[in-house]
Amino acid sequence: MAHIKFESVGVEFPIFNANGRSLTSRLLEAATGGRLDKDPDGRVMVRALQGLDFEINEGQRIGLIGHNGAGKSTLLRVLSRVYKPQVGSADIAGNVTSLIDIALGINPEATGRENVFIRGALLGLSKQELSDKFDEIVEFSELGDFIEMPVRTYSSGMHLRLAFAVSTVVRPEILLMDEWLSVGDESFKHKAEERLTNMMDTAKILVIASHSRDLLEKTCTRALWLEHGQVKMDAPVHEVTKAYFGS
Amino acid sequence: MARMLAWEDVKQAYRRSAIGPFWITASMAVQIAAMGVVFGIIFHTPLFEYLPFLASSIILWSLISATVTEGCMAFINAEGMIKQLDLPLHVHTLRVVLRNLFTLAHNIVIIPLVFLVLGHPIGWQVLLLIPGAVVVLANLSWIVIVLGMVSARYRDIPQTVAAAMTIVYFITPVMWQPKLVPDAQAHWLLGLNPFYHLLQLLRLPFLSTLPTLENWALSAGFAVVGWAITVMVFKKFGKQIAYWV
Repeated sequence: MAHIKFESVGVEFPIFNANGRSLTSRLLEAATGGRLDKDPDGRVMVRALQGLDFEINEGQRIGLIGHNGAGKSTLLRVLSRVYKPQVGSADIAGNVTSLIDIALGINPEATGRENVFIRGALLGLSKQELSDKFDEIVEFSELGDFIEMPVRTYSSGMHLRLAFAVSTVVRPEILLMDEWLSVGDESFKHKAEERLTNMMDTAKILVIASHSRDLLEKTCTRALWLEHGQVKMDAPVHEVTKAYFGS
Repeated sequence: MARMLAWEDVKQAYRRSAIGPFWITASMAVQIAAMGVVFGIIFHTPLFEYLPFLASSIILWSLISATVTEGCMAFINAEGMIKQLDLPLHVHTLRVVLRNLFTLAHNIVIIPLVFLVLGHPIGWQVLLLIPGAVVVLANLSWIVIVLGMVSARYRDIPQTVAAAMTIVYFITPVMWQPKLVPDAQAHWLLGLNPFYHLLQLLRLPFLSTLPTLENWALSAGFAVVGWAITVMVFKKFGKQIAYWV
């Protein structure tokens, strides 16, 4: 039973400028969306998310919209259980897969075959499942004998096709995406889209962050509009896109 | 999962290199041979006695010191994974410990080789290496977790630890024999150094000597206290790691 329930969730980033972290980049983040604040110890905090209250039930497809820095990526990270909120409670039931960086874990020095197993394991697949699906992955990625070559010898298109083919093997209950994944040339693109659509259809909950009105209206049933880390609007997708993009 | 990642790290060293991690073994063998001769002369110790000591000492010390130093980067280097995957965090620390164990497996072949060449016997005491290794790994595991966390929060720690470990290398009897310390100073110079006790647990079994009760008790105690602190710190700050890296 996939289910997500947020109760006054807040996320704050501590900024440690004394140790050489880039303060300017964090300040930019604040200038564009998050709020700067000082905690009682005098440390600077960026409030990335604040007072989020919502519930997502099975079958819902959520679109996240908002300006850069509004908190979309942070929210996706909370949903993938990476960031545990400091305030409020985020209850996330169901297994989650995030397709935010599909190339995560791919080692350029290792062969395509080895990378299928590394990337697959990071996605939570067992060795057995991967062995079973190995041929399918190779066929889908159209790599042929290149699968035995180190990934560093691949073209960037081949690199992406491999990452895509492995990452879309999983069938999670909750699927998180940051924009639509677009990979490869025309013929591959078509195949990839089909596979991604199939993956989204089997997911019980989909959350996708996007700036594309088309995509949101096509794939989502409901949209959350984030601004300065808060929910500005939470309604059926057409109402939100209308308000956000203007009629 | 941690095993796979650690194994990948080791394989990485083999890629495009004919002998891979054996480079470390080879350079260590040369180092041991050179130091063995020089320090053997300086310390007036016959090679038959000094070389087995030095070989086991340096190799086992490198496990301890490399694990501690790399432990600082356990979470920092795993930033990409930590920020995207909901993996249990001990995967990253276990990876560091296992990677160094795999490297040790490459280096440890030097020890029997040295013993064989010199015709130095290895006694039944070598069996005590197993419980000794368990105690040492229990210690290294918590050290890696704590240092990994502190380093993620305060980025000056890795350099500090690296510098400190060089000093520890000199004050711990790695290349000089502990018996050279006069009894009057032995207590505070050796007794209070936890790394000395850990090293003894690993080293003495090769030298047909039993580690003392003090070695066992202090190492085990260090593990218990260390883990207690680790559990407390992790409970309090574990959730923060994703925000720190």
